[in-house]
Amino acid sequence: MEKLLRVDMSNLEARFEDLPDKYALLGGRAMTAAIVADEVAPTVHPLSERNKLVFAPGILTGTTAPSSGRLSVGAKSPLTGTIKESNAGGISAQKLASLGIRALVVEGKPAEKGFYVLVLSSEGARIEPAGDLAGLGCYELNRRLWEKYGKNSGLMCIGPAGEAGMPTAGVSTNDRENHPGRYAGRGGLGAVMGSKGLKAIVLLCDKVFEAPVAEPEKFKEAQKLLSKAILEHPVTAQALPAFGTAVLINILNEAGGLPTKNFSAGRFEEAAKTGGEAMAEFCKTRGGKGKMGHGCHPGCIIRCSNIIPDEKGEVACAPVEYESSWALGANCGIGDLDTIARLNYLCNDVGLDTIETGVTIGVLMEGGLLAFGDGSGAIALLDTEVRNVTPLGRIVGAGAAVAGKTFGVVRVPVVKSQGMPAYDPRAVKGIGVTYATSTMGADHTAGYSVATNILKVGGFVDPLQAEGQVDLARNLQIATAFVDASGLCLFTAFPLLDIDYALPAVADMYAARLGRPFTVADALEAGKEVLRVERKFNEAAGFTKAHDRLPDFMKYEKLLPHDVVFDVTDEELDTVHNF
Amino acid sequence: MPKVSVRLFATLQRYLPPANIGEATVMDVSPGTTVQSLLGELGVPLEQVKIVMINGIHTETDYVLQEGDRVGVFPPVAGG
Repeated sequence: MEKLLRVDMSNLEARFEDLPDKYALLGGRAMTAAIVADEVAPTVHPLSERNKLVFAPGILTGTTAPSSGRLSVGAKSPLTGTIKESNAGGISAQKLASLGIRALVVEGKPAEKGFYVLVLSSEGARIEPAGDLAGLGCYELNRRLWEKYGKNSGLMCIGPAGEAGMPTAGVSTNDRENHPGRYAGRGGLGAVMGSKGLKAIVLLCDKVFEAPVAEPEKFKEAQKLLSKAILEHPVTAQALPAFGTAVLINILNEAGGLPTKNFSAGRFEEAAKTGGEAMAEFCKTRGGKGKMGHGCHPGCIIRCSNIIPDEKGEVACAPVEYESSWALGANCGIGDLDTIARLNYLCNDVGLDTIETGVTIGVLMEGGLLAFGDGSGAIALLDTEVRNVTPLGRIVGAGAAVAGKTFGVVRVPVVKSQGMPAYDPRAVKGIGVTYATSTMGADHTAGYSVATNILKVGGFVDPLQAEGQVDLARNLQIATAFVDASGLCLFTAFPLLDIDYALPAVADMYAARLGRPFTVADALEAGKEVLRVERKFNEAAGFTKAHDRLPDFMKYEKLLPHDVVFDVTDEELDTVHNF
Repeated sequence: MPKVSVRLFATLQRYLPPANIGEATVMDVSPGTTVQSLLGELGVPLEQVKIVMINGIHTETDYVLQEGDRVGVFPPVAGG
């Protein structure tokens, strides 16, 4: 019997419950959304004892399905005020699933401020005082936790930013080398974890692929098909392992949609120095520990992750992803990969979301606190101000919307107070529709229209025209909500969109895992249901269609080189959730 | 003869390595040269070409190159 583990931080007690029937088909984002919607009143303060933090592996996580080791973390977000799911790789989700835990719910908060470590194993759960682990950055924290609890432990933890309740703090998870860089970064879930006095969760479990499967033979058949599709598709088979996700830097730059210097232009003259090709060159020429084609969890056959080496071949940061390279690079006018890797490392260490941090620093640069391109100034903001939780550090950790207000900036690229990722919606209009209408605030992963607008995956819809973007964003948001529930890496979506037998294979795996019929139509319905649950929560939290909008400047400030504004109408945006 | 600036990316880089990273190679092409014929001259296997952008606009390979065009060519790539 699979379990739900409930950890009450008010009493420092943990107890296992049978998984309620109503959650039997839910995993990942579907599970976190359902539990948050069922148990958290939409109007609670996100850092109060009345919020809950939910961790859930996907339905296929912990099975032998390829690239299926994803973790969903959910709560009411202190950044956006909406329901929030943030998704991470790393080694923890498979361990949770192999322990038979379908959901871990952290609730309450200790009566007296203090930090604790939750230790989980097949023998049960215990809560220990964090002692002198409190206050540590995630690198030293992870080192000490492996020293104390053993190598291979799965770690989910927070840095000083999360402890201090900064609304852009993320939840770190470790990879196989114990780098803390696999983050559930978005939306401040690290602050929710900090508010509950939880410094780290340690998973003592060497099992990886032990989630129960009702019909193993049937499962294996379907699994082979999905593996075939992933290994057949040129993106997942070749481009991602060779160049990582940052292969996108050059193509977005070429398309005029790479947000530059706080979304003031669509091309960055130094972009190529920060892209996947440059990273591969670093790994080749510097050697040492540098590596492209790194898998973030066992059983990943895509291996998009990387280890970026410093000049001596030691680890500068693992990984440096596209979004991070852009946020801390082009968006801040920084064209030096070593500086970007250092900033990424510092975000991982103090415990901040890289996207939000880069967008925030871009706004602060616009506001005159430091100049565009000032890498050492940006490093000091993180290493000194955030790490020491100074008042300025708190502004950095509060996100782009707060930074914009604090410094009187008009050009603030946020939706529902969440900073926009690495695609300018004026030149990639489909992603603009997703940013505006996602239940998460500006989130590229919620419906990745970039695939069809720029990459010609799943067809082609002209990125510079308004036509077709609403349908595209709607369909992708529905499909994505299902993928996020499955525990499959979102990058399986590239073969799922292009290869006709891939999605039926996923539905077949669901059926075999759960021992009940499950079709592609069920999958899409499951995706819709996730969105309905999330929308309902947001509406009750006070969100209306007026919040499903991009910042006003994008309607009148023309973006070079294409000289375009965002012109999908408000009326069209309001039809995205008509399904 | 039209002068165009050309960048090949990712696995296609090897067919026209840039002098410095990100730097375009400026080439003179005969009037009437299409993207396809240019790529043929460079030895790029067309089946590896997924995306062609001229001046940042997605374009097909039968496009006839014009003076000053910025040409970007990609194999299948994605990320996120």
